[in-house]
Amino acid sequence: MIALKIDGKEIQARPGQTILEVAREHGIRIPTLCYLEGLSPRGSCRMCLVEVANWRGKLVPACATEVQEGMEIVTQSERLRRVRRLVLEMLFVERNHICAFCVASGHCELQDLAVELGMDHVTLPYRYPGLSMDLTHEDYGLDHNRCVLCGRCVRACSEVEGAFTWGFQGRGIETMVAPALGAPWGASDTCTSCGKCVQACPTGALFEKGASTASQVKRPEILEEVTERRPRVP
Amino acid sequence: METIRIPVTRIEGHGLITIKLDEGGKVKEAKFHVTEVRGFERFCRGRTFWEMPGITARICGICPISHLLCSAKAGDAILAVRVPEAAHKLRRLMNLGQIVQSHALSFFHLSAADFLLGWDEDPAKRNIFGLVERYPEIARDGIRLRAFGQRVIELLGGRKIHPAWAVPGGVEYPLDEERRDEIKRGLPEAKGIITRTISLFEENLPRLREEIKTFGDFPSLFMSLVADDGTWEHYAGRIRFVDAERVIVADGLDPARYYEYLAEAVEPWSFLKFPYYREYGYPEGIYRVGPLARLNTCERMGTPLADEVLQRFRALYDGKAVTSSFLYHYARLIEILGALERIERMIDDPELLSPRVKADAGVNELEGVGVHEAPRGTLFHHYRVDENGVIQWVNLIVSTGHNNLAMNKTVQQIAAHYLDGRKLTEGFLNRLEGGIRAYDPCLSCSVHAAGTMPLVVKLIGPDGEELDEAVR
Repeated sequence: MIALKIDGKEIQARPGQTILEVAREHGIRIPTLCYLEGLSPRGSCRMCLVEVANWRGKLVPACATEVQEGMEIVTQSERLRRVRRLVLEMLFVERNHICAFCVASGHCELQDLAVELGMDHVTLPYRYPGLSMDLTHEDYGLDHNRCVLCGRCVRACSEVEGAFTWGFQGRGIETMVAPALGAPWGASDTCTSCGKCVQACPTGALFEKGASTASQVKRPEILEEVTERRPRVP
Repeated sequence: METIRIPVTRIEGHGLITIKLDEGGKVKEAKFHVTEVRGFERFCRGRTFWEMPGITARICGICPISHLLCSAKAGDAILAVRVPEAAHKLRRLMNLGQIVQSHALSFFHLSAADFLLGWDEDPAKRNIFGLVERYPEIARDGIRLRAFGQRVIELLGGRKIHPAWAVPGGVEYPLDEERRDEIKRGLPEAKGIITRTISLFEENLPRLREEIKTFGDFPSLFMSLVADDGTWEHYAGRIRFVDAERVIVADGLDPARYYEYLAEAVEPWSFLKFPYYREYGYPEGIYRVGPLARLNTCERMGTPLADEVLQRFRALYDGKAVTSSFLYHYARLIEILGALERIERMIDDPELLSPRVKADAGVNELEGVGVHEAPRGTLFHHYRVDENGVIQWVNLIVSTGHNNLAMNKTVQQIAAHYLDGRKLTEGFLNRLEGGIRAYDPCLSCSVHAAGTMPLVVKLIGPDGEELDEAVR
């Protein structure tokens, strides 16, 4: 067993566990976005950053960092609040997140984070990119305006469904999730229409066609239900 | 030549009135400018038509229901399926609630202070707060009545403002008994209030003779939906035009083919377009919409109490069309009464509780028009989509827009009658605003625009020099 401290509390953990897993086992809340139970961790959104006090305050992603002997982890501090809020603001200004008529409003992890972190306005300028929607799939739609590039759809498709329909296209701020190597989603010959990507998506970027304002409820927990008996994806 | 510029307050949106004087100081020209731009027709392109009710409802906070229902109807046309009858009935119920709340707001909160407290009353007092002070009973009635209408909307759609409840194919969820009964319990009080208010307004009519004559009393066409048998209608039906004699000019017009009989002119001095009746040309094809128009086009309200008052209303003009825009106020009260009677009549219909309220379908038509009577008049939503349902083109003709020519004519009439000399007096400014207010215009809607709500009046001299300006 590994002994460590989270927020001053002495905790025993098993080798190979991540900080996030240990914190959740002990009822300590760390905000996450790109992390989803049942999928491999990516550490790409930076919402789950925590401070390791005895590593000179180094910030590490809790979802992708394994616990080590003697770690002293801080999950709540003024600095972390500032950093997480800044990360969240950047997610909001990068594309067009208009909750007012979004299909996922009220059931959106990005919106929930804004509430949790008290983000009542943003301090950065909005970019307002002119992005399109892809409604070519028979059952589902994709709205790039609402995508935060968490990659949960990409991982759900490859790791759980095994279809490998989803990927990323472009680089840096131009990055987009893309079905079928950039072809219209409806033209994909690998997509099985299983809908796992839609259920995994934390925002209204992927939705069931016909969804109207606030009507799209997601069930991201199905990924864990499907994978709990499988060996962990390395 | 001099021009007066006057801001208009206690309306929804912001606008400007300019008055030009000739060498002799007489009114040469008066115009009502709408000075906002919003761009809904442009930025909705690229979204799905399923989202359009949610998006277009945001055009307005006063009458979001109008856009919501109209957009859902345009979506119905794109799905091209049979919407369950229960959904139509529930949408009707919501629209009746909307008519009650919006008309109550216009009458009590925005306008009543003018004719109850007087046009020359100190502007600091001439508002809903002044009304509360002087006539607490009337103010209370207004607030209660509007609350009832808002509650109907909330009980159906989950919230008072911007419920995303009506969708292409029907409504999101049904009504249950408990909520139905709450609506029912509120009816007697609401009916009591509107009956009292109609009596109060009728008692005041003799005192308001000058306003009736000068606040936009002129011949024009009137347009609205009417039911197949000519009864007052607010949700379905076909388009009818009548003239100032209340003679039917056109009837049974397909609302989805509005472009065959309506055209829009553009003037460089206003962001609001000027629709006109195509056959009569511009500007002779001037027509009015809204409560006054609906009471002129219909043969009857279709409910007993409202029909009684309608008879008295028509008697003012010997059975011809009621042509004074000041009487929009009277028409609004009659419509509230009619709406409450209709709610009463339909509320026990067991179909209102039907769980089947939405038809599912994909894109079956690439074009859809929704038409509907909003509190302020006939509203058109026209969408074109691609085969996946992505909006390619949007046209919205909003109630206030139809009245643009008429509002301009009203301003001209009031200015010519009341403007005395080169100074803008408080009483004159109020009447000018009151003339616009009679239409209960929603300028934010009409240009699909947003912002704070000042109205500016400018007085411009013969040489183009600004003589006076008032901003509210």
